Amino acid sequence: MKKTHIILLVLIAGSIACLISFMGNVTTYETVASAKQKEGKFVNLIAKLDTRQPLEYDPVKNPNYLTFTAIDTLGQSIKVVYRNTKPTDMEKSERLVLKGKVNGDQFECKDILLKCPSKYKDDMEAAKKNLETTSR
Amino acid sequence: MDYIGEHLLPGQIGHFFAILSLVASLVATIAFFKANQEKDLLQKTNWLKLARISFLLETVSVLAMFGTLYYIISNHLFEYKYAWQHSDKSLQVEYLLSCFWEGQEGSFMLWSFWHCVLGWFIIWRAKEWEAGVMTVMSFAQFSLATMLIGVYFFEHRVGSSPFVLLRNEMDAPIFSSPNYLEGIYNQGGQGLNALLQNYWMVIHPPILFLGFASTLVPFAYAFAGLMNKNHEWIKRSLPWASFSAGILGLGIMMGAAWAYESLSFGGYWAWDPVENASLVPWLTLVAGLHTNLIFKSSGYSLRTTYFFYIISFILVLYSTFLTRSGVLGDTSVHAFTDLGMNVQLYLFLNVFVWLPTIFAAKELKTKLQIIVVFIAANVISYWYPWFTLISIFGSFIWLTVLLNKHVPTIKKEESTYSREFWMYIGSLVIFLSAIIIIFQTSLPVLNKLIGRKYAPPEDIILQYNQIQIFVAFVVGFLTAVTQYLKYKDTPKEFFGKNVLLPTIISVVISLCISIFGGIHYDKHGAGFLFAIHLAIFSAVYAIVANAGYIWIGLKGKMKSAGASIAHIGFGMVLLGVLISASRKEVLSYNTTGIAAFKQEKGGEDPRENITLFKGQPTDMGKYMVTYVNNYMNAVDRKKYYQVDFVPKDGGKGFSLYPDVIKMNKGGEGFSANPDAKHYLHKDIFAYLTSVPKEGEADTSTFQPRQMKVGDTLFYGSGRMVLQDVSLNPEGTKHKIAAGDSLMVLDILVIANSGALYRTFPAIRLNHDNTKSIADSVLAEGLTFQFGKLLPDQKTFEVGVKESKVLPDFVTLKVYEFPMINMLWLGVIVMFFGFILSMYYRSTQLKNKLLVKK
Repeated sequence: MKKTHIILLVLIAGSIACLISFMGNVTTYETVASAKQKEGKFVNLIAKLDTRQPLEYDPVKNPNYLTFTAIDTLGQSIKVVYRNTKPTDMEKSERLVLKGKVNGDQFECKDILLKCPSKYKDDMEAAKKNLETTSR
Repeated sequence: MDYIGEHLLPGQIGHFFAILSLVASLVATIAFFKANQEKDLLQKTNWLKLARISFLLETVSVLAMFGTLYYIISNHLFEYKYAWQHSDKSLQVEYLLSCFWEGQEGSFMLWSFWHCVLGWFIIWRAKEWEAGVMTVMSFAQFSLATMLIGVYFFEHRVGSSPFVLLRNEMDAPIFSSPNYLEGIYNQGGQGLNALLQNYWMVIHPPILFLGFASTLVPFAYAFAGLMNKNHEWIKRSLPWASFSAGILGLGIMMGAAWAYESLSFGGYWAWDPVENASLVPWLTLVAGLHTNLIFKSSGYSLRTTYFFYIISFILVLYSTFLTRSGVLGDTSVHAFTDLGMNVQLYLFLNVFVWLPTIFAAKELKTKLQIIVVFIAANVISYWYPWFTLISIFGSFIWLTVLLNKHVPTIKKEESTYSREFWMYIGSLVIFLSAIIIIFQTSLPVLNKLIGRKYAPPEDIILQYNQIQIFVAFVVGFLTAVTQYLKYKDTPKEFFGKNVLLPTIISVVISLCISIFGGIHYDKHGAGFLFAIHLAIFSAVYAIVANAGYIWIGLKGKMKSAGASIAHIGFGMVLLGVLISASRKEVLSYNTTGIAAFKQEKGGEDPRENITLFKGQPTDMGKYMVTYVNNYMNAVDRKKYYQVDFVPKDGGKGFSLYPDVIKMNKGGEGFSANPDAKHYLHKDIFAYLTSVPKEGEADTSTFQPRQMKVGDTLFYGSGRMVLQDVSLNPEGTKHKIAAGDSLMVLDILVIANSGALYRTFPAIRLNHDNTKSIADSVLAEGLTFQFGKLLPDQKTFEVGVKESKVLPDFVTLKVYEFPMINMLWLGVIVMFFGFILSMYYRSTQLKNKLLVKK
């Protein structure tokens, strides 16, 4: 067997090990109920902002504290704490991917991904609404 | 119905040229193919003539489409959807081009344009390879042209035309009026996405797409080689591969510069799927460039070169699929909108995956077998998506088998003391690193195909970094030593003698950096920190050893030093990345009013944002920072905020002007653009994370309250305690001039939130003049004015103003990036190295051809 073949095999084995360890670290998308069952475990909670509940953010008092209630498609809700500034246009977003873990009765969020109507395929829908209200 | 004011001619012209470009590129493909196959010289010349004419027509069509679309956008013809969707009337002229690549259609057009330019270079220079290479180029042009026609075949629309009318694409009541255009014109278009209104967005996409387009050339050479069963092409592909690696690398890093200067994720690289998707073909191309060089000098690695060049372009197509199909929706922040062309994009990719395999076969029977499998695999994939994986990998495996069968190789093993051996290992490492990155990036695709819902790991960036740091170490190290080895075999003493000095210098320099450089990135454990130090050594080694090689190995011949220079640039990029990332520091740790915050149970609190009140200097670690003012720039429609930084150690202060631009396209908030102070050795980088809504006038007034020392009073959202009174105290913010006497109150404000603030209103007495000096707690909207001392000499009258209106403020995040200039300089050096090497290789080639004649 050639030296290059041996090295190649070692490298490929190493790469596969890397990929397996990567797959071992992947997380899951959860609803409120299933996230609560996995308390303390890092999950991606898919929900949206519950606009009936207060959203608390006051950059004057503390710019690093945002709290709101997230509600999932099954209608269950949880209080979310995010120690950072409020993402722009959060109220308008239709879907939030909240990355963090459940801690007691609240969701400690490390990162928020917004799905805004301004992006992706809802773009045209939003634009259409805009057109309909244009004076004729 | 007759509509008023529409300009229909440009759209018709555009449509005409879209169709013409489709037809011309198809004819060119067939004619170049025929010219390639034809043995008869006269016939060959005739086919070639037809092919060139078709390609000329194709080029003219693409240019005409470009011109027409530019006309539509620059004249604000909002009856066309593209202009309406991607531009508005107030846009600056320099961003009109950016509107092109905001949409998919315009960026396809750009890609197509570069293929035309590259195609003419090939027609000019490729000689006997012209027909074969141009067959592939023309076919790629044909595939791109199908993306732009927007014609319906039965129920399915093929492609998406940028020349469609808004009223045909959308159903809205406004279109029932013949005069609809006036309303739309007054409204003024949806505008260019605020994030793209940056000068980098004018130049980064053209360079990046030139990079993408140029990866087709080595692919096309390899393909022509398979088609003609002739491996001579490999001597011609070297300058092209250098060019492609240089441009694509530059394009990617311009994207990084754009992210750094205009996106607010606080950095230049985030391992975002869109970034990865363009990095990976660059990596495989660089691997191919090295194996190509190995073949040229030693005869090894021919098959590997075929494979790397083929896979590079396929990865470009895959990256196109990833960014344009909408599949990245949940994981990327900046992918294109789904245009409903996924099937077409997938076919584009799949055809190019299978074509090389088909042409790698020698016998007609095998070719037919492959075609049957290709069709069957696609039919099965239609029902069972996971079969796509088998189809694609099946094709690669089949291709490898055929390459092993038909492409010659040298049986004798390489010497361990040869340059080709270690270059080959290096290429393999780069290639495997690319495979790992693309696998990690493809998680959402994998979910779609096998019907799972895996989400990215908790710290996705660490997932990439902890693997790539070792790749950086190995590749940096090999980059340093391999040039000191000769091809075929190297005398051991020769190697040891030459490499010794650079090694010693590198060890010394990197030890200095490790010991005095302040790199203590222990967030991910000691192992990772150790890996960082290792990688720093190999980055330094790459710089020093390659710089040394220019003198030791090449005796200062700069003409042939392209590779060494590119390697130095690569080392600098590595070093810049390692230092700027591991020593990146958050400067805006929030310390105001923090003392008594209720510590929430569990959970960490990064406190990375700081709020500044207008005119009030705030303590921010090494700096006192003040938000001075804001102003609106009418030209770029951005609101700039002046923030002054004064170093506490008495250094020279500076001002930063981070800005916000109002979101368009359905957004209501703002989008922040950072500003940075550039020093030679570091950047201070700031961006706004929150600004107040437009305020109203302050109507509150001072209410006189009476307090004794130790008294507590309540206000709207907390209480205040008069702690002490002092005369001419030291250590408060009040300055005491000669002849003055100053009476200062020390009031502690305890907010309901738990935050504590101290405030020092005072009275200044100068002879018979008394002057009250107010102080405020802006976070609570409180202002205190020391009124007077009452006759009992114990009670103080204090005016308290509780303002309901928010004070003007900004919240910002500030970072320090040390040594980031090393990274940018490295990119430029690397690009220069690639271009020099391209020039050197292409003159070498020309001279060789001349000698032959």
